[in-house]
Amino acid sequence: MNKSHSNKAWFLVLPVFLLVAFSAIIPLMTVVNYSLQDIFDVSTRYFVGTEWYREILNDPRLQDSLVRQFIFSGSVLLIEIPLGIAVALMMPKDGKWSVVTLLVLALPLLVPLNVVGTIWQIFGRADIGLFGWALNAIGIDYNYAANPMDAWFTVLLMDVWHWTSLVALLSFSGLRAIPDAYYQAASIDRASNWAVFRYIQLPKLKSVLLIGVLLRFMDSFMIYTEPFVLTGGGPGNSTTFLSQALTKMAVGQFDIGPAGAFSIIYFLIILLVSWLFYTAMTHSDNK
Amino acid sequence: MNKKKTVGLGLYIMFLLLPLYWLLMMSFKGNEEILGGLTFWPNDFTFANYMTIFTDASWYTGYLNSIYYVSLNMAITLIVALPAAYAFSRFRFTGDKHLFFWLLTNRMAPPAVFLLPFFQLYSSVGLFDTHIGVALAHCLFNVPLAVWILEGFMSGVPREIDETAYIDGYSFPKFFVKIFLPLIRSGIGVTAFFCFMFSWVELLLARTLTSVDAKPIAAVMTRTVSASGIDWGVLAAAGVLTILPGVLVIWFVRNHVAKGFALGRV
Amino acid sequence: MAEIHLKSLAHSYDTTANPPEYAIRQMDHVWHDGGAFALLGPSGCGKSTLLNIISGLLVPSEGDVLFDGVRVNDTPPQDRNIAQVFQFPVVYDTMTVFDNLAFPLRNMKAGTAKINTKVREIAEILELTDVLDKKAANLTADEKQKVSMGRGLVRDDVSAILFDEPLTVIDPQLKWKLRRKLKQIHEKFNTTMVYVTHDQLEASTFADKIALMYGGQVVQFGTPRELFEQPNHTFVGYFIGSPGMNFLEVERCDEGVCFGNTIFTLNNAEKKALQHSKSTNLKLGIRPEFVHVWDKPNDDAFETKVEFVEDLGTYKIVTLTFAGVSMKARLQEDQQVPQHTAFISFPEQWLMLYVDEFLVAKESDYE
Repeated sequence: MNKSHSNKAWFLVLPVFLLVAFSAIIPLMTVVNYSLQDIFDVSTRYFVGTEWYREILNDPRLQDSLVRQFIFSGSVLLIEIPLGIAVALMMPKDGKWSVVTLLVLALPLLVPLNVVGTIWQIFGRADIGLFGWALNAIGIDYNYAANPMDAWFTVLLMDVWHWTSLVALLSFSGLRAIPDAYYQAASIDRASNWAVFRYIQLPKLKSVLLIGVLLRFMDSFMIYTEPFVLTGGGPGNSTTFLSQALTKMAVGQFDIGPAGAFSIIYFLIILLVSWLFYTAMTHSDNK
Repeated sequence: MNKKKTVGLGLYIMFLLLPLYWLLMMSFKGNEEILGGLTFWPNDFTFANYMTIFTDASWYTGYLNSIYYVSLNMAITLIVALPAAYAFSRFRFTGDKHLFFWLLTNRMAPPAVFLLPFFQLYSSVGLFDTHIGVALAHCLFNVPLAVWILEGFMSGVPREIDETAYIDGYSFPKFFVKIFLPLIRSGIGVTAFFCFMFSWVELLLARTLTSVDAKPIAAVMTRTVSASGIDWGVLAAAGVLTILPGVLVIWFVRNHVAKGFALGRV
Repeated sequence: MAEIHLKSLAHSYDTTANPPEYAIRQMDHVWHDGGAFALLGPSGCGKSTLLNIISGLLVPSEGDVLFDGVRVNDTPPQDRNIAQVFQFPVVYDTMTVFDNLAFPLRNMKAGTAKINTKVREIAEILELTDVLDKKAANLTADEKQKVSMGRGLVRDDVSAILFDEPLTVIDPQLKWKLRRKLKQIHEKFNTTMVYVTHDQLEASTFADKIALMYGGQVVQFGTPRELFEQPNHTFVGYFIGSPGMNFLEVERCDEGVCFGNTIFTLNNAEKKALQHSKSTNLKLGIRPEFVHVWDKPNDDAFETKVEFVEDLGTYKIVTLTFAGVSMKARLQEDQQVPQHTAFISFPEQWLMLYVDEFLVAKESDYE
């Protein structure tokens, strides 16, 4: 794309900038502020510098939950991105089945987070849920409340069920935006289906996929409600991911200072990894 | 190839529908039956859960409140994001790359981080417990998303089309509305849906920033958790009802999402 | 190389509508083997539709498409041995120019040596040798369009190349270069080429013969000169030439036709044609180039009022009012420009009679 240089373009961007800055900068400043203090009550605060940061980064429980979180987000990306693209490729482009498919795909996304957890909580139980019952019926000993591997499996499955549609919908609309002329030219060039995917569809999906990868990474890294409702973080600590660990600390100990520091660390981790994804995926655009 | 596609897609759709079927069935069962055993179809089919919801005024207003602020949010987001995305797509300007990435960084902190500061901020400017307040708060994460998605679609439209339109005598607003927007229909459709979706299911901020006037449906639902345990049936019914408006939104944007882009079809 | 025959061809996008709306109305047309043809017409006249029917991207709702006598309606584009160049450059962004050009050959499982020679040959003709290793995404618009054309040329088995307004996105300075390239390619390879455009200059420089389309019909098929001197249809007169033909609405009268008080005599062929028709839609047409402007008053010339003059360098266009009707005349650069009044006459050989929009031929066979 030949972009022309024009600082007047800032006028087009100004509303967005103001809107987002209003909601972002002040709260962020506040949190940074808290993270550097030890707050007992409204009037008793002490500046403690980076003490919270050091304490948190050395806390083994938090380190564990960080590792778990990375494994979780990594698995989520590895499954949902290819699956989402595959589903988008299979979806009909027009006709009534296209509408039906779109509707069905949208449904899991529209379920409130706590309801998602609730559904799977029941669904996965061997005594009253279809899924649990079916697995045990074919001989698999499955109990997500007692067995850490089963709990992990269920949490992952629940996330795949819930969020793959996002990747699929993004990819689908991205595919629809590819001009017919490309497919026509490929047809005249006698390209195979695989070549069409590799040289036309995948490159054109790049920007959409970038959004998909970033969104899924960020949201899965921050995930709270669904696994909390489903497993409560258990059995034991096996499915306690990062945000739950944060909440336990802030609510349980009612300590805003460390909670603030944790939030900043959280934010910085996501920022770093997202930036890495972003740079890697837009690398070819930078001439 | 087509057979494989249909089978694969069919399996995936089954996978998506089964838990939802379960939810639907739960909404028609009493709590004892839900917790009592496994039944594919309710033994005692009951509308009681739905009745509980429909007869309680706060459910109804919760619904309306949610619809209201989500619509506000969708409108604001799209109006603000479209020109910004166009700027990012067509122009280079000072700080453009940094601004673009900064936008997305606003989605990188868990909402819990923002609860207290938001509460203080919005209270101080008098936006507490207002629909516009929640709508604006949700803009924090919806606007960056909208800008990113729209920019991606806009960059897929060759710049030559803009130039041809100017040569043909179109003014910028006319070109934007009559020529450009129709070309990125699928992008607008998907953006609108995602804005709706993220705003609709967002619990934490919506609950924190409201008390009575603008209380959303999701917050009302937490009432199903009481001292005596979870009211599964009512929760399920509420869940079903919460899905419905989203279905409507998808219905309205379906043509936009699925529309292709025809090049040079003269 | 192929002869393309369109037999009783018609196309409607929506055959369920009643009455069906046709994008292409019944036509019979032959494109001879090895010729360079232009498909010219205004937006919406159906030329892109026709092109897509020829290439197989669109299946006609009625009639047949024949390649060398063989019906190809059901043959998909990849099996018709045609190449098509689109309005916007279609290149595989992630591949280098070399790989782009090699792509069709690789899909046909051609040998590496052959691919190499062919790609380099075409690259040289299109002056792309310098950018062979560049990624296609980084090229300029005209380079991309050349790559699109190149992909059509690398294949030996191409019987026809179809162009759908390919120079639309090219800079004006580069347009003429590419047009010349296309002509060279045609002379070298002798492939049948069909070139869709709405620009008559492009059409006349490129094509041996132009098919002018209007409202889904080919209204005239001939050399650029034929279309200029003998427009078959008032639309051809209006569209071709810059500016287009002047038209006067006339009525029948004793000697021939009259325009207000002015009588224009007709020759025998034209008179006969008038007798055979009951129509009241009669027009006289003459091109601005053929309107004779006298520098002195003349008995045979008509007096007209000069409205304004446009100086276009090598020629001038004078807008005149003749008995209330606006007409244009074209003057050579060195011709004197009349002020206020001008005297014009219409040489009989260039004054055309149109009945129901169609030309009445000057010589006829029913004398």
